Order: sequence, then C-alpha cells, then structure tokens
Amino acid sequence: MDTPNKLTQKDFVSDQEVRWCPGCGDYAILAAMQRTLPKLGVTRENTVFVSGIGCSSRFPYYMSTYGFHTIHGRAPAIASGVKLANPHLDVWMVTGDGDGLSIGGNHLLHVLRRNVDLQILMFNNRIYGLTKGQYSPTSLVGQKTPSTPLGSLDMPVNPCLFALGANARFVARGIDTSTTTLGDLFVAAHGHRGASFVEVLQNCPVFNDGEWDNVTMRDVASEHQLWVEHGKPLLFGKDKTKGLRLAPGGSHVEVVTVGEGGVTLADVAVHDQTNRTLAFLLAQLALPNFPMAFGVLYCDPMPSYDSAVVAQNAAAVEKSGAGDIDRLLRSGHTWRVE
Amino acid sequence: MALRVGALVQRTRMRATVEAVTIAMHWPHTSARAACCDAARANEKADPMDTPVRSKDADGREILDSVVIRFAGDSGDGMQLAGMQFTQTTAVAGNDLATFPDFPAEIRAPAGTTFGVSGFQIHFASHDVLTPGDEPDVLVAMNPAALKVNLRDVPKGGLVIVNTGAFTPQNLKKAGYDKNPLEDGTLDPYRKLEIDVSRLVLAAVEPHGLGTKEALRAKNLWTLGLLYWLFGRDRTPTIDWLKRKFAKRPDLAEANIAALNAGHVYGETAELPTGVAAYKIPKADLPKGEYRNITGNEALAWGLATAGRLADLPVLYGSYPITPASSVLHSLAGLKHYGVTTFQAEDEIAAICSAIGAAYAGIIGATATSGPGMALKGEAMGLAIMTELPLVIFDVQRAGPSTGMPTKTEQSDLFQAVWGRNGDAPLVVLAPATPSECFHFAIEAVRLAIKYMTPVIVLSDGYIANGAEPWSIPKYADLPKIPVHFRTDPAGFHPFLRDPETLARNWAKPGTPGLEHRIGGIEKSFGSGHISYDPDNHEKMTKVRAQKVLGVAKDLPQQKVEIGNDRGALAVVGWGSTYGSIHQAVRRCRRDGLDVSHIHIRHLWPLPENLADLLAGFDRVMVPELNNGQLARLLRAEYLVPAVPFDKIAGMPFRVAELEQEIRTRIAAPPVKTHRLS
Repeated sequence: MDTPNKLTQKDFVSDQEVRWCPGCGDYAILAAMQRTLPKLGVTRENTVFVSGIGCSSRFPYYMSTYGFHTIHGRAPAIASGVKLANPHLDVWMVTGDGDGLSIGGNHLLHVLRRNVDLQILMFNNRIYGLTKGQYSPTSLVGQKTPSTPLGSLDMPVNPCLFALGANARFVARGIDTSTTTLGDLFVAAHGHRGASFVEVLQNCPVFNDGEWDNVTMRDVASEHQLWVEHGKPLLFGKDKTKGLRLAPGGSHVEVVTVGEGGVTLADVAVHDQTNRTLAFLLAQLALPNFPMAFGVLYCDPMPSYDSAVVAQNAAAVEKSGAGDIDRLLRSGHTWRVE
Repeated sequence: MALRVGALVQRTRMRATVEAVTIAMHWPHTSARAACCDAARANEKADPMDTPVRSKDADGREILDSVVIRFAGDSGDGMQLAGMQFTQTTAVAGNDLATFPDFPAEIRAPAGTTFGVSGFQIHFASHDVLTPGDEPDVLVAMNPAALKVNLRDVPKGGLVIVNTGAFTPQNLKKAGYDKNPLEDGTLDPYRKLEIDVSRLVLAAVEPHGLGTKEALRAKNLWTLGLLYWLFGRDRTPTIDWLKRKFAKRPDLAEANIAALNAGHVYGETAELPTGVAAYKIPKADLPKGEYRNITGNEALAWGLATAGRLADLPVLYGSYPITPASSVLHSLAGLKHYGVTTFQAEDEIAAICSAIGAAYAGIIGATATSGPGMALKGEAMGLAIMTELPLVIFDVQRAGPSTGMPTKTEQSDLFQAVWGRNGDAPLVVLAPATPSECFHFAIEAVRLAIKYMTPVIVLSDGYIANGAEPWSIPKYADLPKIPVHFRTDPAGFHPFLRDPETLARNWAKPGTPGLEHRIGGIEKSFGSGHISYDPDNHEKMTKVRAQKVLGVAKDLPQQKVEIGNDRGALAVVGWGSTYGSIHQAVRRCRRDGLDVSHIHIRHLWPLPENLADLLAGFDRVMVPELNNGQLARLLRAEYLVPAVPFDKIAGMPFRVAELEQEIRTRIAAPPVKTHRLS
C-alpha cells in the first residue's frame, strides 16, 4: 500500500508515453495534477481517473492511479457508478468542452445537480481537437473551422454558468499554464464533498492557438484576470486598485478604481463563495468590459448524492434487517401443495 | 380455426397424466419442465386430452378440467386488479394457471372507447397449463367497448357476462355500435349473463356512504364476487388484501368488501339462465412444495438480488423507466436491505454506464430496458465488451421498431442482442421461456458475466414480464454460490491477463494496492494491456473476445428436445415466451401420430454445442417467432439448415391452434431444399 505522505510527483506518473501535441495546454494540467496529489495525502490505489473521449480524455493513461477511458460524453455516468459502488474511492473526472457540453451535456447536468462526490475537470479549448478542428459548444460566434467555413452561427455556452444553472455546489475556473493556482483549485475541489466543477482554460496550439491569449498572456493577465478569494475584496489590475462594485440593487457589477472619484476599498464587493447570485455575476464576466473571474467562484456544500445513497441503504437495513432471500421469495401469497 | 361449440364443455377433459409445471431449482442444468416431458412422451398415446367428460361434485357443481376467463373493461375499470385477485385466489385453490394482461399504452384513455379497453386473461386448470389460452370460455365485458373488442375471440357457446348498466346510448356510440348488441341478437350464439352491475353495486355499497363515483369503482369487485361464486373460489384472500390495501380508509375497504360479497350473493341466489351453472375445477396435481405466483419482471428482480447474495457482492442497478421493463426497477428499489442500490439514471445510456462503472469498481452492475433503450445502450455494451467487464442487461422486448407498440409483446430484439453493436462485439445472450425461469436466468446471467468477464443479455418480453405462473419456490440454501475472484497479487499483473481455460481477464478493482491500471475503449495489447494499434494484435484480440464468448457454450447444458424424437420429419424450434404455445401445439400433433418435435433454445449466444447436429437430424425445421424471422436467419447463418420461419408480428402471443395448423401443413408438404426469406 502507498504511504501517502511519502509519495512524490513522479509516483503519479504512469509508464505511458504522453501523446498530446507539443505545446498542448494539457501537459501543464497533467503536471499540476501530478504535483498536487502528493499534497492531498491520497493513495494511488484509491484514486481513479475517469474520462470520456477527446484529447483531454487521454488524461487517465498518464496517471499511475486507476483509470478508465470510457466513451464519448458518458464519463459522468460511469464515474457515478464507480462512486456509488465504492464511495471510499477518490474519483476524478476529466472532460473537455466537446465531450462534456455537447455529447455529454445531459450527463454533466445530472451529475452536477445530483451532487455526486467527484472532482470534474473540464478542459475548455473552445475547439474539437481530436476530430481535427471543428467548432465546439464553447466556440464564439463566427469561428471559422472545417465545419463552419463561413463562421459558426450558434451561441456558445459558458461552462461555469452551465454548472451553476445545474445547481453545482462547487464551481471554479483556472488556467492551464497557471499551474500553482491550478493546483490550489484541485486542492479546493478535492476538499469539497460533492460534485466539484473546475473549468480550465486550455490552449490548443494546433487548431485554436491563442484562443485565450487575451486573458492568459502575462502582459494582460493583471488587467484581464480577476482572482477571487473568499472573504477578500474583488480587486484586480497591476496595482490591485481596480475592483468590482455591486451596482445599487445588486443586479449587476461595475468596475471601479479605488482612490478615483471618491471610491474607497469599502466600496469594493467582498467575495462570498456561498453567494450564488454573486457566483452567477462573476461567472459571466467577460472581456472587453470586465476581467474574467478565476478561482473558487462558488462553494456551498450540500450532502453528496453518494453519501445520501449510503445513508438510505443503511436506514433500510436498520429498519428491515439484512434482507433474507427465503423471506423475499415467500412474501405475499404462497401456498403449499402436499 | 374451427369454432368449438360449447367451449366450456368441449374443453372439459380428464387427463391420464398430469405433468409438473415448475422448473428445477438448478436451472439451467436441469429443467423439471424438460424432464417431465420424458414422462409426457411415454404417456402421450394414453392421454385422452380431448375427451369431453361431464360430471358433478357433491355440491352439484359441474366439474371442469380447464377454463379461460377474460376480464375486459375500460382502462380505469380495474380489470388488471380483478384479474390479479382472481389469479391469486385461483392459485391458492390449487389450480395451475397462466395469465396474460393486455392493456393499452394510454394510462387513462378516454372512457368508453375501444382503444381504451384493458384486458386480463387467465387460464386455469386441474392439469398443467402452458399458455393463457387461445380463446376465452368466459368473457367479462364491463362496457360496450370491451364487448366490441373482445367478443370476436369468444367461441360460440362461450359465456359472456355483461354489465348492462354501462350500455347507455352514449357508451354504445363511443364503442361504435349502431344498435345495442344486447338487443339485436349479437349475443344469441353465446350463453350470457346480462346484469346491471352498476345499479347493483350502488345498492350494495350505499350503506357505506360513498359518492356515486367512488361507489361505481367497486364494479370490478362485485363482478369478481360473482366469478368467485361461479368457480367456487374462496373470497378470504381478496378480503384480506382489501383490508391491507385500504388500511387507512376502512370505509373504502368495507365498501369494496360489501361489493365483493354482493356479487357472490347474487350468484348464490339469482336464477341463472339455462346453460350457466356453478363450476368446480379440481386441484392440479402439482409436485409437493411451497408455491407462489410470479411474473417475469418480479422474477428478474428477485433473481438479481439473489445473485448478489450468492456472489456476496452488492448490486448496482442503473435504469431508466421504459415499458415494459420499469417494474423491475420498482421491485429492486424496495430491496435496498438486500444489498441492492437502484439508480434511476437520466437516460438509457447513463443507466448502463453507471452499471459499467459499478462493475469496474468491483460490484455487480446491472441494467434493464426494452428495444429503444437497447439501441441507446449499444455503444456502452461495446465498451463493456472491449474492457471485458461483467455486466447484466435485461431486455424486456416490446413491439418495434422505434416506439413501436410499447405495451405489446414481440421477440424482435434478437438480432439487436446478438449482433447489434459496432465492431465484432460478441456477448452472451440468454432467453428464459417462462416467467419463473427469469429468476434462474438472472442468477445465471450474473454467474456467466463474472466467470467470463463479459456482458450478458437476458431477453425477456412483455408477455413473460407481465404474465404470471405458479412457481415452486426454491430454498436459498439449495442455490449454488457464485464464485468471485478478485486479483490481488501484483506480481506479473496486467489488466488483460487471462484465465487459460475461460479466457476471462482478471478482475482487479480500484482500491487494490499495486494493481493500478488503465482500461478503456481503445484496443489493448494482448500481452501488456497497453493501448495498441498493431494490426496483428487487433485481429488476435478480436478472435480472443469471440472465442471467450463461444467458450461459454462448454458451460451450458446440451440442447434437449422438449417433446418428441431426436430426429424426424419436423423440428419446431422456438425461443423465449413462445414456449407454451409451441409445446401445446406439438403435443396435440404428436397425439395424432405426427412425427414432430419441439426444440426450445434458451441460450441464443453462444448456441448450444450440439444444436447443429440435432437440427441436422430433421427433414424440416420450422421456426415460429414473434418477429420477421430472426432466429430462422440466425440458424441458417450458423448451420446451413433449411430453417423456415413461421412469423406472427401482431403484438400478441401465438395461439396454439394457429401453430398446430401450420405444423400439420408443413409436415404434409415435401421438405424444402431452398427457400427465400421474405
């Protein structure tokens, strides 16, 4: 058995050659995961990675834990089955914007609203990589791809808003190359009992290179990223002087600068990760008028589905005793032929 | 089909031998139904099956050997309830029986319409009963629509009981009657009891203070009371049941009991018309033991729960509601204290995927569905085949394609079960023949799934699912345990290491130190379990998967002949729910000296090892199926035998008579050399 506190990053590296394209954001996410797991004190044998289909879904092969590379879109259902079968397992689910929001959108909705205790990582590169570059459900309108040579017409979905709408109890957003903060988000997601949804902005250097550059590049990061922290004011900008103020009535937020126009730090909204309304406001912040919000946007735990199932099964045994097959087969009308 | 005059009399027959109806506990290795056929064969000639015998018992009741009753009314008239109560009471009275509920898809179709008619047929006898009966000897018609839909099935001379109170101008119009059939001579060829049940039931329950609407709901119980008197049934089981059902509404319980009693009293006191008597059906000579009635879906659910106990593993049952499989979910949802977790998934795909996840994590994963759901589950079955995980899938077939006729039975998922996936994707397909066999097949499915690390499909159908039969209840202690071996030894481990005999890969569940591994839908290397695109490896793995499943045949019983010789002029080869009708038809033909045998396949994939040789011994092979020739095509493809289908695709089971007639026609014609399927 693994002795958790002695495991290191390389203990979570499998013997398989990683086959993502050079420069793919997935490498950084994988490394962040392999660095983070030893800190969580988990064992390899009790850790399971379940994925669907797509570039992101190759993830389990590169982890030295248990792994199940399943079928397109269905990872939430299979991961739910794993967790229900053995609630002691630590189950991570890896999906992408296509796998999770197109073919698997239905399952994602239900795994989130059921609140199955899984860590769900969605790598969002706004493109279909493995099928060679078609637009995805998160691609912006007008995206020119092999299947949309004149530009895509359908409105994109915002993964974090989707998750909040599905009544997820933990919603976070990170960036592939911000590996330290990504590790912190994995820790937070792991600590939350229930379905933890983490959107990771991920660059596809082959089919959608630079899609997130206006958010993630070093020169724009401070102005275009708002990192939220529970109990702290919502500040961003090079000198952390810009902030978000709740407009009167609280129906929307506005960007203010502390020290300008009479604005003080007290005017800046403080992040409350249990405030669902605020989470909706934060999740939909978008350039160019607002920075994009990162960190734990929402965390308000409720009992997980799997724990409720365990409790209900236990209550049934408590009430009726461990079922007796002979009694079951003889329940209701029976008669003897002599 | 010849009309039989005075069906009740005509069907009266005393039999020299009575066969057992239950199957042995250790299905499928021995089958009492099959075993008893040897006895039947020996006694065939002495069986005076169609000799009418008329006698009376000490109470003046006319003794009958066999009766078929059909209850018919609006889908809100409580006909299923009346039928089920009659079934329980009849079973307790010691008759053998078979039932056939036939109801519309609409939950409450517009009252009084023909498409809203719900029916429940029961065949009970003092001998063994194999089918719910071709034609009802007694029709209970609660309204004009029920009469309109069902009268055509009643042989001349049959008994028709009608509720005249429902024959209002409005109801007659809704049923499409221009004239009142009670007045225009329509019923002249029948014996009839015309009773204003509506009026009588209102009078009976009046002291209990119910409103007219609530009071009229007891019509079914009033009618049931009358039938209990006609057939000498004890009212106690139904009275007890009513008291339990309405424990919180004692007024309703009392009103319903009053209605039941009033119907019974009516039978006792009313002057019955000529030709209608009180009847007695002596007890069937069943083997000793404890019995119950069981439907196919109950048997699947209980079999699965029992299998979990036998394997000492929890069960995860992932399911999405679909007719006619949903009641398996309902049954299992009440068995949480038996180690069963039920998961009502968001769709058919999630249902099977949750079961696959459970199997991966080391417990029993199972799901159930019907045709459309099977189609949706296809890709996930492929995943379970590719990852070689144990998985149990119940397919309770219904008429298709697409939505088809959800409440009507059919056997048209055979191809889908055996072949319906992308790639060369073999799995095991089992087919129970009767409701009670479902119990043993559910256990067998779990046993094979675990032993061979493969998905196993159990093909039931709507007819088996909803039909009931008496079942000699097995003792848990007599059921063989299901061995389970989880890999724990890391030395030399990889996930696709195989047992050299069964070719099953080792089952290594998450949580086991040192066995961390990755599986998935991508082809894996035979030697290492890693992803492999090697062409030779793919061919090898494809063959290994096929061989593994074909090897299951070594574990199966040899194909038996149910009745008849091992070679001869005609083999009638069936599968699944057609068992009873085929068996009865073959039995009748053999009694007339025809050289015909009944072969019933319960293992559709792999097929029994001796089946090819067995079929080769017959000049003609007739394959009756409730589909467009699927087993016939399978047998041709596998064995090059001249299998000629006999199809019925009407959403209804075969009648014995239509099979009998076809057998006579086929056996009189020269054997076919070539035959094109249409």
